[in-house]
Amino acid sequence: MTRIHDPHAIDGKIPGPNEAHDVIVVGAGPAGLAAALEAARAGRQVLLIDEHPVAAALAGNDVPLWFGGRATAALQAPERLIETLVENEPLIAEAFEAGIDVRLGVTAWGLWRNRDGSGALPGAMLGLSDGQRSWTAGFAQLVLATGARDCALHFAGWDQPGVMGALAFETLVARYDAFAGRRVVILGSGELALQTALLAHAHGIEVAAVVEVRDAVQGTATLPADLPVLTGHRLLRAEGGIDGVERVVVAAGDGAERTIACDTVILAIDAVPAIELAEVGGAAVVTEPMRGGAVIPGGAGEVLPNVWLAGAASGLMGTREAAEAQGRAVMAKALGLGSDIASVPEGFDRMAYRAEWLRALVATSPDTTKVCQCEEVSRADLIGVQPPQYLPRPEKLGTRSLGTLLDDGPPDAEQVKRLTRAGMGVCQGRRCREQVSLLLAMAANLPPKAAPRGNWRVPVRPVPLGVMADWDHAAAMDAGWDVWFGIGTQWIPYRDIGTPEEARHLERLGGSMHL
Amino acid sequence: MSEQYDVIVIGAGVTGLSAAWWLARDGLSVLVLDKGVVGAEASSRNGGGASHYQSPLFAEEQRLWPMMDDLLGYPTEHQAERVIIATNQHDFDHYNFIADICVGMGWPVDKIDGDTAREMVPIAGDNCLGGIHFRFGGHANPQRTVQAYAWALQDLGGRVIQHCPVTSIETAGGHVTGVTTPRGAFTCGSLVVAAGPQIAGLLAPLGIHVPLAAGRAEMIVTEPAPLMRLGGVDGNGLYGRQTMRGNLAFGGGPHEWIDTAPEGPRARPTTPLSRSLARRVAELFPRASHLNVIRSWAGVVENTPDGRPLLDRLDNLVIASMSGVGFGLSPASGHAIRDLVVDGACSFTDIGKLSLARFADLAPDWRETAGWLPLASA
Repeated sequence: MTRIHDPHAIDGKIPGPNEAHDVIVVGAGPAGLAAALEAARAGRQVLLIDEHPVAAALAGNDVPLWFGGRATAALQAPERLIETLVENEPLIAEAFEAGIDVRLGVTAWGLWRNRDGSGALPGAMLGLSDGQRSWTAGFAQLVLATGARDCALHFAGWDQPGVMGALAFETLVARYDAFAGRRVVILGSGELALQTALLAHAHGIEVAAVVEVRDAVQGTATLPADLPVLTGHRLLRAEGGIDGVERVVVAAGDGAERTIACDTVILAIDAVPAIELAEVGGAAVVTEPMRGGAVIPGGAGEVLPNVWLAGAASGLMGTREAAEAQGRAVMAKALGLGSDIASVPEGFDRMAYRAEWLRALVATSPDTTKVCQCEEVSRADLIGVQPPQYLPRPEKLGTRSLGTLLDDGPPDAEQVKRLTRAGMGVCQGRRCREQVSLLLAMAANLPPKAAPRGNWRVPVRPVPLGVMADWDHAAAMDAGWDVWFGIGTQWIPYRDIGTPEEARHLERLGGSMHL
Repeated sequence: MSEQYDVIVIGAGVTGLSAAWWLARDGLSVLVLDKGVVGAEASSRNGGGASHYQSPLFAEEQRLWPMMDDLLGYPTEHQAERVIIATNQHDFDHYNFIADICVGMGWPVDKIDGDTAREMVPIAGDNCLGGIHFRFGGHANPQRTVQAYAWALQDLGGRVIQHCPVTSIETAGGHVTGVTTPRGAFTCGSLVVAAGPQIAGLLAPLGIHVPLAAGRAEMIVTEPAPLMRLGGVDGNGLYGRQTMRGNLAFGGGPHEWIDTAPEGPRARPTTPLSRSLARRVAELFPRASHLNVIRSWAGVVENTPDGRPLLDRLDNLVIASMSGVGFGLSPASGHAIRDLVVDGACSFTDIGKLSLARFADLAPDWRETAGWLPLASA
């Protein structure tokens, strides 16, 4: 039987990818570079992309990392930045020499596959962009070595230039040569924080203090003896002026306050596995506190058919060598050349640590502190499930809160997001989703592991309309394009149904379009 | 003994919640059950439009919308009026034909030229030929509105239970007596089934065949743009609006027919169609083409074979599907359903052409005939 075609349906209208590759690796960090080189050694054709150097406008929105307004004007010269990146990462040159198609400044903002509810694609494909245009790319094997994101937590004065994430700091210092600060205070004392302190020290950036809320340093790396470490201290606030942070005020366990001059506060409490592409491609997401919160089950390895995860994106924390080894192992397995992928060592409950810090910061900040900077949602309004400031707040809204929502069922991060707008801004919730999740869990008396989370959607990076636009799209897409489902009878005025007018409407409106 | 309610509503979407709210206003005890969260499906995944002149419910909708914030006690972000602008002659003629239909029905429309359109819609471009300005209709925030219905219902003593799918509808002697759920049985005097695509599966065991096909439709949303005089602006094959925050949220284009599982969609993926939507938004608003797209989403929508709503009462059972055009009409659809439950007939308009009986002669393979089949079954 010939299948009858609905001309308004999507069937056959999504064109194949603009380009196709044997292997695509997303992310030119240690894991991605090692994976790409492994594939090239095996004789495969490889596309390796990395979104760095990121456009200044994106960095200004704290995408993909929390740059906190502490980048120099070097970000305005992307060609020079590319040279700097290559100088700072010898494996990139090696990748070029190995014949790998290396493209820097190219972002993967979408991953689409046929799956439940979506069967019209000619194949799995990535959405890519170089900032000027976008296109799609197919693959036989895809390795997501997308690294990690910064984990932001709010405190009094966090919404000013000079408050940033440890990964953004590392990027500006070690990859871009573009860090604008001189004297930093580092929050946290786990491996990430200690490595951040060592990096600053090695680059001649003064570390005014490492502040730890717990009573002991959490990581194992050895810091220079003269580097001040304040354990058992709470951060009270960051203060500053027109250029942002100028000092922080901390308090010891006995309440004694101390003011520390600095131009930058680096949150190095934790990093978050960057699972965006895997999630929008259809991978399941679970919460595993040891691996960094919301992660793809199973860790490094094949997370979707022919889609592989490697490095920090899988929850790996640790040395560069470990990331490279994992990248090689994942690629070897993807190509059918190997079998063993080392698992992530467990032991440190990263979510409990984040939660302990967050509790301390909540205790020292007024509940008018903004949790979501883009949408200006305060902590009180988040927990009160109140609408944004531009809406009226009728009396009845005062009777509503997360507590009353919980009477209807478990906390739902998407529902709270829609009502409060927390996480709906241009940074796509990068600065607030972990803390919103933990705050909802705390308010609902749930352990961090059960924290409700918001999901990722395509595009997983902000992409301008004119760049995302498919300006070359196939005629098939325009043919049968309808505002809605293309059901002509749907739009006949009720009084005309069953009258001769009905046929006239259908004819004149082409049987489909409405408003 | 199971809990007893005057009315149980299956489906905490915008239609079911509006109906429940209207019924609670009458002092009836009302329970709303949902497989998931309030307004999680098409009710919160739509363009927020409220300008559906073709519907017999439209006049009542237009009467009610300006009052809804006060009636519900919670903000809906309702904004009156709409502008549809044309970027080509075909669309321009088409919109003017629609304007004539509306004027003929008594709804005022201004036909506007390109300069007027650009004045009203500063992000329109030189390609704008003009359009039509509805002095009626409008739009609202779907997510906020659906929650407002739920809260207003609760304020009147109504109850909503989330994550509580109905596994069967119980009958005795041809009457509905209640429902069974994983949380136990509930009994009722009347039942309203407003469960979107799941309506067909819920009613089939009763021998009631409701022809519905589910489709997935996609939208994109940008970062905020400066607020325009009217947020309800569309055209170029798109529907959508500028939100009160300033974001541009638009959808349109091809849909995908999908299967319906009793538990609802397992996923609501988007596709590279996002890129075609971005192109059309950029064509419609050339002066906004620099705005970042920050999200896309898909919603699952049910359709009847003629695309018209199904609003009918069979004994003490009311079936309610708005066939993909339910959000804007919700103030009035709830009123109509309240009337069907309480009085047996709609008090404010004729809805006789929306009965289930119109499908009595429908062939069982109607989806095949229409080509409304999921790709997987091709």
